Amino acid sequence: MTEQTTQKPQADKPASAPKKDTTALVRATLARRYAAEKRFRIYGIVAIAASLSFLAVLLVSIFIKGWPAFTHTFVKLNVTLDADTLDIGPNPSSAELRAANFASVIKKSMREKFPDVKKRKEKKALYSLISTGGEYQLHDMIKADPSLVGKTIDVWLPADDELAAVIKSGADLSKPENIVTRMNEQQLGFAKILKEAGDTKTGFNKTFFTAGDSREPEQAGIRAALVGSALTLLVTFLLSFPIAVAAAIYLEEFAPQNRWTDLVEVNINNLAAVPSIVFGLLGLAVFINYFHLPRSAPIVGGIVLSLMTLPTIIIASRAALKAVPPSIREAGRGLGASDQQVVWHHVLPLAMPGILTGTIIGLAQALGETAPLLMIGMVAFIVDIPGGFTDAATVLPVQVFLWADSPERGFVEKTSAAIMVLLAFLILMNAVAVLLRKKFERRW
Amino acid sequence: MNDSHQDVFDNIKGTVGDVTVDNPKMRLSNVDVFYGEKQAIFDVSLDIANNEVIAMIGPSGCGKSTFLRCLNRMNDTIPTCKVTGEMSLDGEDLYGPNLDTVLLRARVGMVFQKPNPFAKSIYDNVAYGPRIHGLASNRAELDEIVVGSLQKAGLYDEVKDRLDAPGTSLSGGQQQRLCIARTIAVSPEVILMDEPCSALDPIATAKIEELIDELRQNYAIAIVTHSMQQAARVSQRTAYFHLGKLVEVGSTNHIFTNPSHELTENYITGRFG
Ligand SMILES: Nc1ncnc2c1ncn2[C@@H]1O[C@H](COP(=O)(O)OP(=O)(O)OP(=O)(O)O)[C@@H](O)[C@H]1O
Ligand SMILES: [Mg+2]
Repeated sequence: MTEQTTQKPQADKPASAPKKDTTALVRATLARRYAAEKRFRIYGIVAIAASLSFLAVLLVSIFIKGWPAFTHTFVKLNVTLDADTLDIGPNPSSAELRAANFASVIKKSMREKFPDVKKRKEKKALYSLISTGGEYQLHDMIKADPSLVGKTIDVWLPADDELAAVIKSGADLSKPENIVTRMNEQQLGFAKILKEAGDTKTGFNKTFFTAGDSREPEQAGIRAALVGSALTLLVTFLLSFPIAVAAAIYLEEFAPQNRWTDLVEVNINNLAAVPSIVFGLLGLAVFINYFHLPRSAPIVGGIVLSLMTLPTIIIASRAALKAVPPSIREAGRGLGASDQQVVWHHVLPLAMPGILTGTIIGLAQALGETAPLLMIGMVAFIVDIPGGFTDAATVLPVQVFLWADSPERGFVEKTSAAIMVLLAFLILMNAVAVLLRKKFERRW
Repeated sequence: MNDSHQDVFDNIKGTVGDVTVDNPKMRLSNVDVFYGEKQAIFDVSLDIANNEVIAMIGPSGCGKSTFLRCLNRMNDTIPTCKVTGEMSLDGEDLYGPNLDTVLLRARVGMVFQKPNPFAKSIYDNVAYGPRIHGLASNRAELDEIVVGSLQKAGLYDEVKDRLDAPGTSLSGGQQQRLCIARTIAVSPEVILMDEPCSALDPIATAKIEELIDELRQNYAIAIVTHSMQQAARVSQRTAYFHLGKLVEVGSTNHIFTNPSHELTENYITGRFG
């Protein structure tokens, strides 16, 4: 940088006034200015480091807690699928198969594995090592391949959540006194034998992604909530995006500036500040009690959430539209484009990145919202995967809430895992928005 | 200071010279323009003739742009702006039912004081007008219009290899020529130019002046300029504005050699402004 030594003409000051040397004055303050700048930069870095470390702590703790939920422990059993034990005829119908006694098959094979177990209490302890999901697995296998009936096969059946937790934790089973578990000493003994014989393995927990909620932690899955969230958000997006963008365009580009539009504007801003539970009450009163829309359904959830999302998108869209330079509008009008053509051809493409950002912020809020959905009954225990907008459903944050509230230990990891799925959903949504934004920005 | 301003303002009584012509393309009578409470144009009447270039000169802030923008109703887009008076194009009232603003602005094109290319490619900038008005029936015709307009604006050689680069990536002067190309691509009947050469170097300016001279064969052109030489070179008539009033209008020759009004003389001889 070059510094010029200029001495200002000081016509209106008495000649005796000391002449000021700009160079010297500036140089004297330079050190102080740079120090201030440096200090400010340090504050900034400290602030970013602090927020990043909070985020890291949060993510790492969720990750560590939730990770085991994505895997599950399976136990190898040698089961004999004979028709007598199953209590089915030669060509069983679906109903007959569903009523078949898979439990006794499993129990039998476990008794064979541990021939020394004789006492009733001991047997009960033994049987409880296998999840009831094992019965469903056998049912599905026979349904897929009926020729299995009568054969003896090796299968990997899901372990009970307590057993799975112990095996997954990698605890030393020869020192049962160090293990925190609800299993008794006897069960730990069985576990040790199974593990040492190589009859346990830990693998990917497919159930977590294919099943709905369940009372049994090892059978509970995120699928129903995930589909529920997707359906609900789809309704929210389809309703709020076009309405909000249209409202923003009208208010920003066409509406006359008068008291009426001011009133609308104030109310939109107020709407953005309304606590979300109020929207839930509104949804309950209007959509369910008055219009008799189904309870717990994504359609109602979506409508309620779009009420919440609307003001966010409108405000962001208006800001984005306002940021488009007026000279662009003049240029379009000067060429004879109608007001609407100006908006569609020039203003909207330039405002689109901002509008999309606002939409994603609104949808992300909606995705994480629980309170209004509790009001409209989306807090139900949903086992079946919702197949449409009117089926009973729940959403990811509500599922997190439900699992966090469950007493079984297995749900602790499920809760964290559900949070991870929720975060992944968010990241995916953001990624889509970033891609779309890039696409629009490339068109300048 | 204020008093003398007021005195000067009060002393401008009507317009010296003949504001009307025999074959007017546009005729404006008794035009007043207000920005809210503030009046920017005071009772100005002026004809714009066919096949002529009329230069509008005057000190900064005297209302040249404001007056120019009346001619294609661009002032309508400013909510606070109110325009009164009689205005017509080919005898048709500008505010009449037959002249919708879309049609009017297709017939009366405008190049703005500040270059304002669209956030689109160079090609699309020029093609936009013809596209929305349906001036080309196929791609080849459109290409022809775009290339021809860019050539006339003296920009084609510089951009022919990057027609799909963004219009905003051009330099200020290039952007201004792009805006000129964009305006003539619609083939308007009247072209309004608000200081089109203020960001251009002498070579590009010469090209634009050549273009203006050529366009005059078919169009009427109103040009605002701060350059006396330019006004003298390109225009047939000159209008001198001062403090929102039209002080004097007459043939360029007359204005620059023998102005009738003292204010005009002061301005063109550089005594103020
Ligand atoms: N949008 C507006 N709102 C309010 N006042 C305006 C607006 N545009 C122009 N004016 C005022 O109207 C008067 C005339 O402005 P105008 O832009 O027509 O001047 P000009 O002759 O084109 O000046 P220049 O040579 O600097 O471009 C000025 O006093 C200006 O402050
Ligand atoms: Mg101007």
